Amino acid sequence: MADAALAAGTVRPVKYGSISRDRKWALRWSYFFLVLFVIFFLMPPVYMFITSIKSKAEIAAVTNPWWVYSPTLENYIELLSRNQYLIFFRNSAIVSVCVVAVTMLISVTAAFALARMKFWGSATLATGVFLTYLIPDTLLFIPLFKMFAWVRDTTGIELMNHWWTLIIIYPTLSVPFATWIMIGYFASIPKELDEAALIDGASWLQTLTKIFIPVALPGIIAATIFSFTVSWAQFLYPLAFTTSTDQLVLPVGIVTTLIKGDVFNWGEIMTGALLGAAPPLIIYAFLMDYYIAGLTAGATKG
Amino acid sequence: MAQVTLRKVVKKYDEVPAVRGVDLDIADKEFIVLVGPSGCGKSTTLRMIAGLEEITGGDIAIGGDVVNDVPPKDRDIAMVFQNYALYPHMNVYENMSFGLKLKRRPKDEIDRRVKQAAQILDITELLDRKPKQLSGGQRQRVAMGRAIVRDPKVFLFDEPLSNLDAKLRVQMRTEIKKVHQKVRTTTVYVTHDQVEAMTLADRVVVMNAGLIEQVGSPNDLYHSPATKFVAGFIGSPAMNFIPCKLEQAAGGLRVKLTDTLAFPVPADRTSRYTAHLNKPSLVLGLRPEHIMETRPHSEPNQHDFDQKIDVVEPMGMETLVYFAINGTDICGRVNPNAGAAEGRSMKLRADLNNMHLIDDTTGKVL
Repeated sequence: MADAALAAGTVRPVKYGSISRDRKWALRWSYFFLVLFVIFFLMPPVYMFITSIKSKAEIAAVTNPWWVYSPTLENYIELLSRNQYLIFFRNSAIVSVCVVAVTMLISVTAAFALARMKFWGSATLATGVFLTYLIPDTLLFIPLFKMFAWVRDTTGIELMNHWWTLIIIYPTLSVPFATWIMIGYFASIPKELDEAALIDGASWLQTLTKIFIPVALPGIIAATIFSFTVSWAQFLYPLAFTTSTDQLVLPVGIVTTLIKGDVFNWGEIMTGALLGAAPPLIIYAFLMDYYIAGLTAGATKG
Repeated sequence: MAQVTLRKVVKKYDEVPAVRGVDLDIADKEFIVLVGPSGCGKSTTLRMIAGLEEITGGDIAIGGDVVNDVPPKDRDIAMVFQNYALYPHMNVYENMSFGLKLKRRPKDEIDRRVKQAAQILDITELLDRKPKQLSGGQRQRVAMGRAIVRDPKVFLFDEPLSNLDAKLRVQMRTEIKKVHQKVRTTTVYVTHDQVEAMTLADRVVVMNAGLIEQVGSPNDLYHSPATKFVAGFIGSPAMNFIPCKLEQAAGGLRVKLTDTLAFPVPADRTSRYTAHLNKPSLVLGLRPEHIMETRPHSEPNQHDFDQKIDVVEPMGMETLVYFAINGTDICGRVNPNAGAAEGRSMKLRADLNNMHLIDDTTGKVL
C-alpha cells in the first residue's frame, strides 16, 4: 500500500532545464558584452602596435591603416638608439619606484595607526585623509608653485625643473588613496589577531610587520599597483614642473620631443607609448597572482 | 604560585559601567569559570585580567603583584580567543612558537616546548599546516597549544567553544579539562553556557549586570543558590518560580500556591522562614526534577497533587511535563512510563526537601 503510494508520487511531470536555459542566455549576453569591451579597449593598443611597425612612408601613404604591408623595426631602432628616450625612461622608472616606496612607507604606517591605535581625533583624521584625495590635482599647481618659490627664497634650493621634485609631488596624489585602501584592509583584520600578538609579546611595530603586513598583502599589492600607475602615467604635473629635456619623464618627453611644431612623428610616438606601457603591464601580470584574496581565510572561524 | 586577585575592580566605558566592583580571589592552579548572560561583564573582567582593557578602578594582582599598569606581554598570561585568532600566514608550528621567538628564546628550547605542547594536544602531525587547512576543533587545539607553549602563570579562555558545533563542543570540553589536569595552571574561563561552567569549573562565578551574584563550587550553586538569578541561571530546564504565600498552619508553616494547593514546609526550615510569614511577593523555587510522578513509596516532605498537563516533551530517558498554576508555567520531569498525556490530569509529587523560598523584591534566596 505504502509502496504503491510512493510509486504514484514519483510519476509526476518534470520540467527540466528552465534554470540552465536562463543561464545559457545570461552567458550569451555576457559574452556579447565582454567581446564588445575587449574590442573597445584593445583597439587603441592594437592601432599603436600596427603604426609602430610601419615605415614613415607607409604611415603617410593612403593605404588601409589597419594593415602593415612592409613591417619594419626602424621606429624601435631609432627610438632606442637615441639617448633622450632612454633618459625619459630612466627618469620615469626612478621617480615611480621612489614614489611607490615613499607612498607605501607613509600609507601603511598611517593606515595602521588610523585603523588600530585609537587616539583622539583618529576618526576625523581618517576622513580628512580621504577628503584630500577629492581635491582635483590641477588646483594644486599654483599653491605648489608658490611653495617652491618660498623654498627657493628661504633655503636657496631650486625645486623647479628637476625630475626628483616629482618624487615629492606625486605622493600628494598617491598617499591619500593608498592610505584609504590600507585602512579598509587593516580594519577587516579581526581585532583578536593583534590582541593575540600583544599577549604574545609583540610591540606595535612587530604587530605591523609580522602580522598586519603579511595578512594584508593583497591590499598592499593593490595600493602598490595604484601608486605605481599614478606616478608612471602622470602627465600634468611633470608638464608643469619640468621643462629641460633631460629632466622629462616618459609621457611628457614623448609628446614634447616627438612632436615638433606641426610635425607629428607618428611612428616613433606610437613606439614610445607602446614601450612606455610595457612596465605597468609586466608588473600587473606578475602581481595579479598575489591579488587573489582569501589570505585571511582561517584566521578566525572560517 | 599564581593566584589572581581582583579588588573592587570597576570598568566604565564613557561613564557607562560594564563592571561595577568585582572582588574575587582565585587560588593557584584553580579552574575558575565566569558565567552569565551576555553583557554581564564577564568578558570585560577577563580582558582586564589580560590587560587588554584598562581598569577604571580597583586593583588586579597576579601572583601577588599588582598589574594594573603592566602591559599584557609582561603579565605572563596566555589567552585563547573565541575565534581562535590564529595568525593566518603562519603554519601551526610558527603560530605556537611566535611568542617564544619574540622573547628570543633559544631555538632548541622553542622546538622542545612546541613539540611537547603539540603532543599534549595531539596535533603533532598538523605542525606544518596553515590555519585555513584545519577544522574548527583543530584550530581550537592550536590556539590552546599557543597558550600552553608559553607556560604562563594564568590561562585565560574567552568563550573558546562557542564557535564549535554542539558535538565537538562537548568533546573539546572534556579535552580542556584533561589539558588542565596535565598542565595544572591557574585558569580563568569565560562562557555563557552554564553546562560548560558546571562541568569544567572548580569554582563557578556567576555574574549579572556587572556584579558577582555568587561564587561557589558547581554543586553549591546548584543546590544552594544565593539569589533568584543564580537559581534560574544554573540548571536546565530552569528552576520553576511559583508565587506563593507563607502561612502558619497546624504543626508548622506551609506555602500556599493557590486556594486549593498548599505544601507544608519541611520542619527543619521552620525557624529560618518564620520571620517571613505573610510577606508579600514570596516565590517558591522548585527544580523540575523535584516535581515528579507519584510513587508508591513516599519520603518525608514529599507531597502528591493532581494536575492537568498542558504539554508533554519526551526526552528519552525522561519526559518533561508542563502545566500552569495560577498562570505560571511550571515544568516537571517524570518517568517516561508514568503515562503523562497532554490535556489529561496526572498525579504529581513535589519534593519539598529541595525547595527554595525567594523574596522577589530583593531577589535573595531566604
